[in-house]
Amino acid sequence: MLYINCPHCGMRSQNEFSYGGDASVKRPELNKEVSDQEWDDFVYNRKSLRGKHLELWQHISGCRQWIKVERDTATHEIFRTFKADEEVA
Amino acid sequence: MQKYSIFNLVKNAFSNHENWDLAWKDPTPKEEYDVVIIGGGGHGLATAYYLAKEHNITNVAIIEKGWIGGGNVGRNTTIIRSNYMHDENGLFSEFGMDLWRKMSQDLNYNVMFSPRGIINLAHSDAQMNAYARRGNSMRLNGIDAVLLNREQVREIIPMADFSENVRFPIFGGLMQPSAGTARHDAVAWGYARQADSMGVDIIQNCEVTGFDVVAGKIKGIRTSRGNIKAKKVGICVAGSTNILAEKLNMTLPIETHLLQACVSEPVKPVLDNVVTFGAGHFYVSQSDKGEMVMGGDLDGYNSYAQRGNLPTLQHVLTEGIAMMPFLSKLKMLRTWGGIMDMSMDGSPIIDKTHIEGLYLNCGWCYGGFKATPASGWTFAHTIAQDRVHELNAGYSLNRFSTGNLIDEKGLGTKTWIS
Repeated sequence: MLYINCPHCGMRSQNEFSYGGDASVKRPELNKEVSDQEWDDFVYNRKSLRGKHLELWQHISGCRQWIKVERDTATHEIFRTFKADEEVA
Repeated sequence: MQKYSIFNLVKNAFSNHENWDLAWKDPTPKEEYDVVIIGGGGHGLATAYYLAKEHNITNVAIIEKGWIGGGNVGRNTTIIRSNYMHDENGLFSEFGMDLWRKMSQDLNYNVMFSPRGIINLAHSDAQMNAYARRGNSMRLNGIDAVLLNREQVREIIPMADFSENVRFPIFGGLMQPSAGTARHDAVAWGYARQADSMGVDIIQNCEVTGFDVVAGKIKGIRTSRGNIKAKKVGICVAGSTNILAEKLNMTLPIETHLLQACVSEPVKPVLDNVVTFGAGHFYVSQSDKGEMVMGGDLDGYNSYAQRGNLPTLQHVLTEGIAMMPFLSKLKMLRTWGGIMDMSMDGSPIIDKTHIEGLYLNCGWCYGGFKATPASGWTFAHTIAQDRVHELNAGYSLNRFSTGNLIDEKGLGTKTWIS
């Protein structure tokens, strides 16, 4: 069982959350010319890192907020959690 | 190579089976090979075997980080089927079915192929219609498919829940009678033994640490046991694909996820077929030892851990008990996990890359085991001829940017988000 520290609600079990994928992916800017390659990278291509991975989760059975979680994909250890709009240093 | 036969079995019985040849050697890597296959799983071993057998290329090395049969080829639920709707998947898998039927003879190794049939259960009229459509598509591609009504399903699997007031009543199902199971370890060992006997070097405990690429052309690989020159390199590493891609500065339409499976304690024969639940993701078959072999959903988040968490297992087995209530009486014997190379449309990639002499085989999602022979056969063709075969032409790497996705399940891009 993973325990995720929701920045809004505190420590909760993984059952309350759903996963939203790599949080480092940025949508190409609106109203700007976007190349096929840029769009491809945004929609499909992923680094899928082994080790520290910044990812989105939604506290779907709790406050329903999207949050960012820094987690190790090899050990499942969770290091830090952030609000969705928080910048991660 | 010593042939496996009843006569040799009897002969060796007189010496207490102490004088059998080793099934494969443990060579030290040579300085150079014509082809290096990275990954000694089922697909890598099959690729090396078909390179030797179909294309007469025997100066081949398989580089394996761990040991033969220790990855997904030893961790799957051994299901073999070709019940796909899309032409690319159907024709590819049905070609594989033919290789499965001949495999034990071909490899001189009993892979215990058991064409016991697979039944996908339907729980609504809409699902029956969808199965009728899929069944028709399968038959158009020469694959056997039978649409079963509720009573026909009840005759085959009376132990499923046919009571009236269940949440997901069984309306019927789609059956592929020629589908089945095989002994997964035997597949790995059989391919390894034959490949070795034809001159392929199987190099275990050897991790790839980098690639030598000069002017857009592959020259060799760097490993924990030294540098190896190679004219051609094939990557065939399932859940570790992204790790190697990073060393090549490639970003792929692949995420690595964790899939669990489990077996119950062994019981007397009760289930003849492979059965899947249609209102969720759960499948079950009974092994020759009597264990109920079960699996279902991914754990749902990126993982390289090769071990899972209990919430997903509980979720999957809840579906299993809804489908066959007697499963709740069984004790769990083992659970385990493997790491899946989940592609963005749920279909695999077998293709050349932008680097000359470098070939990619990945994206097998949950369906890698059944594809073992067809994947090896087509990947060997792609490497030997430096062009894709018509069977794997649809499994291109650029289909994501060109929009030619093969979304078998119609789930869109992120197939694991349900």
